[in-house]
Amino acid sequence: MALQQMFSINQIQDQIIEEFGIFDQWMEKYEYIIDLAKKMPLIDDQYKHDRYLVPGCQSRVWLHAEMAGDKVSLTADSDAIITKGIIALLIRVLSNQPAAQISQADLYFIDKIGLKEHLSPTRSNGLVNMVAKIKSTADTLKRCH
Amino acid sequence: MSLAPAKKAFNVAQVRKEFPILWRMVNGHPLIYLDSGASAQKPQSVIDCIARYYREQHANVHRGVHQLSQQATQAYEDAREKIRQFINAAHAHEVLFTKGTTDGINLVAAAFGRKFLGAGDQIIISTMEHHSNIVPWQMICEQTGARLKIIPINKRGELLMDEYESMLNDRTKLIAVVHVSNSLGTINPVTEIIKLAHQRDIPVLLDGAQTVPHMRVDVQALDVDFFAFSGHKLFGPTGVGVLYGKQALLNDMPPYQGGGDMIERVTFEKTTYNTLPYKFEAGTPNIVGGIGLGAAVDFVSQYDEQEVIAHEQDILEYATKKLTDIDGVKIVGTSANKASVISFLLDGTHPFDVGTILDQLGIAVRTGHHCTQPLMDFYGIPGTARASFALYNNRADVDALVAGVQRAASMLL
Ligand SMILES: Cc1ncc(COP(=O)(O)O)c(C=O)c1O
Repeated sequence: MALQQMFSINQIQDQIIEEFGIFDQWMEKYEYIIDLAKKMPLIDDQYKHDRYLVPGCQSRVWLHAEMAGDKVSLTADSDAIITKGIIALLIRVLSNQPAAQISQADLYFIDKIGLKEHLSPTRSNGLVNMVAKIKSTADTLKRCH
Repeated sequence: MSLAPAKKAFNVAQVRKEFPILWRMVNGHPLIYLDSGASAQKPQSVIDCIARYYREQHANVHRGVHQLSQQATQAYEDAREKIRQFINAAHAHEVLFTKGTTDGINLVAAAFGRKFLGAGDQIIISTMEHHSNIVPWQMICEQTGARLKIIPINKRGELLMDEYESMLNDRTKLIAVVHVSNSLGTINPVTEIIKLAHQRDIPVLLDGAQTVPHMRVDVQALDVDFFAFSGHKLFGPTGVGVLYGKQALLNDMPPYQGGGDMIERVTFEKTTYNTLPYKFEAGTPNIVGGIGLGAAVDFVSQYDEQEVIAHEQDILEYATKKLTDIDGVKIVGTSANKASVISFLLDGTHPFDVGTILDQLGIAVRTGHHCTQPLMDFYGIPGTARASFALYNNRADVDALVAGVQRAASMLL
């Protein structure tokens, strides 16, 4: 994580797009995402509470955001593993970035790596709401600091 | 006396040819559609009927002096008559067109509720109800001070009939239960439910949304008081459904919505209402929906019921056996009396993940709580993956599902 602070949101998105370029089969891609989920640092138990639940539908998503210096630090979790793997990617892109950058971020990488349907409002997996919540939280934090 | 037309022999390969959508690809795989419980696909005859109606017949109904309007009205009322025969209602005017099951239940809750419910009265529903047979009753309870009583179930997903019987009392005003559970597949003992209720003169509403796609219902033989179903689950169009109600009850109930068609005479001082069924059909109806539903009824009626049931039961048994053989798969809803619906869990995975992998393989199942959250709470689970079969599904579909679940297990665990 520490290293990534040197990269901008778009630089990280481009890295991910490049990494996913090696997969030509959906299975490999999903296996990689599932692997990311399994390796993802656990969210602190105190945040796995209804208060931190992102209103979604089927898979539950918990999100916690706090300021770390002048950057926003994000942790999250989900009870569905594919959702969680995609969360790992979102966090890699958005965590430890300045609030102003987060609230304006254009998350083009999701489309480019062929996971657009997961971030569609019709998907009911909570990810759309999660991104919205990250952005609005970043907005609030930006104003407070 | 008219002779019933000879039934067409049921042959699943032939049936599949009638559903063009089954030929399409999804995510690079041939579509395996196992979500008919949510909404069934449409046969060519229904699609053609809808197109023909708009091309050649459309005009508003019940209002016109002109030829087209009369033809449209005739087609719409012919559809009502087909549906009457389909459920064997005594009168066509007991067949009310609605938007669907939800709309029909809301109609009864509002109109029956306004007339017959007061503070302290009770309505009985069950643990396995779809939200559309819970929330309308909660709403009318809030308005009238009536209370909901819930028939408990066992772990197999069967109603506890002794408990049901002991719940019936002088304050019970209506029983509203699901005939076939959309989440579990359980076929409830509705004959017994109705018999017990009628011993105390309590009317019964059946949520028949999942019944009619799988078996024929004779509302007179059942002696059911209200029976609601949706067109789209019966291979017909969306946005149309039926509420059957006994004439005497419907006549006793006030109208649900006000507007055109449902009136006899309107003045600013007083309005008198039209007769059945129009009293409950305010506004321009879903004309093409009704006519399309008539075509859907023709479609299912052409087959021998027992042959279709035998086919679907074969699929159900085959799928149950094959899925249970997979390590870690648990079936939710294990009543001996089930329609072809299988809810399942794969140990250590979230249904949403299983559904996502299956979708990549072109297999459409539904995941989640299936609009039965209290039922999921009963089982202490967030939801299930559900495969629901219709007459066009075959054993190859089950094989694809089983291979898909195995693939999901190897990827997710
Ligand atoms: C048992 C049951 N009841 C009611 C409904 C509601 O049907 P509709 O949404 O067509 O009104 C459904 C369908 O989802 C169902 O399965």
